[in-house]
Amino acid sequence: MKNKLLGTLLAVVGAFAAGGIALNRHEPINALWIVTAAICVYLLGYRFYAAWIAARVLAIDPSRATPAERLNNGRDFIPTHRVIVFGHHFAAIAGPGPLVGPTLAAQFGYLPGLLWILVGAVLGGCVQDMVILLLSTRRDGRSLGQMARDELGPFGGFAALLGTLIIMIILSAVLGLVIVNVMKHSPWATATILGTVPAALIVGLYLRAWRPGRVLEATLLGVALVLLALVAGGWVDHQPGIRTAFDYTAVPLAVFVIGYGFCAAILPVWLLLAPRDYLSTFLKLGTIMLLAVAILLTHPQIRMPALTQFVDGSGPLFGGRVFPFVFITIACGAVSGFHALIASGTSPKLISSESDVRLVGYGSMALESFVAVMALIAATLLDPGVFFAINSGAGVVGATPAAAVHTISGWGFPVTVEQMRALAAAMGEQTLFARTGGAPSLAVGMASILGSSFGRGLMALWYHFAVMFEAVFIMAVLDAGTRVGRFMLQDLLGHLWRPLGRTSWYPSVLLASALMVGAWGYFLYIGVIDPNGGINILWPLFGISNQMLAGIALSVATGILVKAGRKRYALVTALPLAWIALVTTTAAWQKVMSPDPRLGLFAAADELAGKFAAGLLPPERALVAPQLIFNQRLDGWVTFVLTALLWFVILDMLRVCVRRVRGLPLRAGSEAPYQASRLQGAMAGSGA
Amino acid sequence: MSGAAQRLRALWSWLRALSGDDAYERYRARHGRRHPDVPPLTPGDFYLQQQQRKWSGVSRCC
Repeated sequence: MKNKLLGTLLAVVGAFAAGGIALNRHEPINALWIVTAAICVYLLGYRFYAAWIAARVLAIDPSRATPAERLNNGRDFIPTHRVIVFGHHFAAIAGPGPLVGPTLAAQFGYLPGLLWILVGAVLGGCVQDMVILLLSTRRDGRSLGQMARDELGPFGGFAALLGTLIIMIILSAVLGLVIVNVMKHSPWATATILGTVPAALIVGLYLRAWRPGRVLEATLLGVALVLLALVAGGWVDHQPGIRTAFDYTAVPLAVFVIGYGFCAAILPVWLLLAPRDYLSTFLKLGTIMLLAVAILLTHPQIRMPALTQFVDGSGPLFGGRVFPFVFITIACGAVSGFHALIASGTSPKLISSESDVRLVGYGSMALESFVAVMALIAATLLDPGVFFAINSGAGVVGATPAAAVHTISGWGFPVTVEQMRALAAAMGEQTLFARTGGAPSLAVGMASILGSSFGRGLMALWYHFAVMFEAVFIMAVLDAGTRVGRFMLQDLLGHLWRPLGRTSWYPSVLLASALMVGAWGYFLYIGVIDPNGGINILWPLFGISNQMLAGIALSVATGILVKAGRKRYALVTALPLAWIALVTTTAAWQKVMSPDPRLGLFAAADELAGKFAAGLLPPERALVAPQLIFNQRLDGWVTFVLTALLWFVILDMLRVCVRRVRGLPLRAGSEAPYQASRLQGAMAGSGA
Repeated sequence: MSGAAQRLRALWSWLRALSGDDAYERYRARHGRRHPDVPPLTPGDFYLQQQQRKWSGVSRCC
């Protein structure tokens, strides 16, 4: 009875909020409507859909012992309270993705992104995370690749491995590009971000040598050091003699990021990676909470229209219509295939009861999705003219401020050079034109929310705080991604020559790290020299690769459900899979086949090659043209390979399903036999 | 007053568990129960092992 009342109340409030959004289409709407609608949607999804999936589709059985209990070794298998597992899982899945994607997708207006974030998460992303978490928990915490191999066949396993490696490369490149664009010609941001490196090293030494394992006090020290770096960056910015030493163009910054990534991959983890991760997790959780409070306090108006004319595919941030590209641009926050790797990694080894899977799997993805909604709010509360001036590459709107404001105002989003100059001055930056990548505009949005709640005079400080916050955890992901990529490469190379597979043999460490960093460094470098900003090519590629991984995860889940004789219920994962396959394939098709050079990669390469051959390019563009031409063709082929991998796995899954329906023999799979739990109630002491 | 103190203490222990600050103490307790005859790792060695394990798989996401 109580539950029904709660459900009805949620539905009514949610409907009002959604109605508010629908009815306010022609005037600025308040962010509070969006926040309310989002929270109601998540609670409804969690309360009803997730509960139904847990009971009916997955037949969750709290009496069944989990691997954490059966294999408890006090190291990786440890039965842990669900709130702690939730915290760990959320910290692991929440990265910079949900901050960048919604910002870029705001070029279509706030509505397409918002709807996809909500619907995609509740019916797709949360479901994927929860189902994979349970399936892995029932298989002794096996990884997605292992499950694909055990349940579908060797091809599925290989596709998951290759897909993971490709996504690591593209993810690292695109995130590297985001921070380069933040640091470009910004002595304050550069000095602050450089300062976070020694801060991490000091924390690393503290945790290793002075007070081993005292994470909280070390993190506190680290946060103080990082805030010091923030203030010191501001000081540097005001010293005419010193500031030039931190004022760089994009290429040297890219070289720095690449070199840093290489160091992080070969240095001992305790020195750089682990302490940086503690800092980034703390900053991440703290800033997200701060942002939520500030949005509630200021309840800003959304200035971006619900829909812009760019739904037709002519957008300045990236080419392509709202369908399918909003679904590719926003992966993290709606459906993120990468999460399946986490849900089949550490978390299933900590789950103490199958009934915790709903909170850990579904719940943490719903929270991450909410982060995406906040990023969307921060991006769309800016004047649309300002938003487009910050996020459009010089190659699209014109290289000079006058040309840029002319183009953007011509689109119906008035903005002036004066306005941009004043904004840049308030944020402590030289310019905010063509700062592509999403991070600077998000930082401006965050600074205006945080500034109006907690001190308007500190706008520049808040801007650089937001920048540092994004950079710190982008670099943590960069380090971790490069390292995992290095291990995967070593595993592959070990098949060629056995010693190369030894993860602690130094020549192999150096070789695999150099290959991995070289691969993402290449894409990063090309992105940096691309006059259109690079993000317009790299981010869709990242979206496609992330959705491809989601397709693999959903295929594995669907195959397992069908094999278990739960054919009807398999629709719960099969329908999101069908949608993901549709949008990913359509997007990939357009990226490869479209004759429009703003969209098609090969068309763009051909157009540029034609101009280059005819000598029509200005000298500075002619210099980089051959590299851009090669890269666009390469990106076209990468897109093709990713889509082919996805379809091979889907067909493999369908083959397994057909065999099941026809009653033909199947792989036995790797589900662990039932064993009764003896933990029942044992975790209750800590509030379970 | 003691209620508030108790709640603060509970919050502190949650915070320690979430951040992994108490990992070594939990390891010692468990080690003492299961292998009382084997000398346990030092805090430094335990921390090192824990970090190696954590960072050899996918533990951070986009």
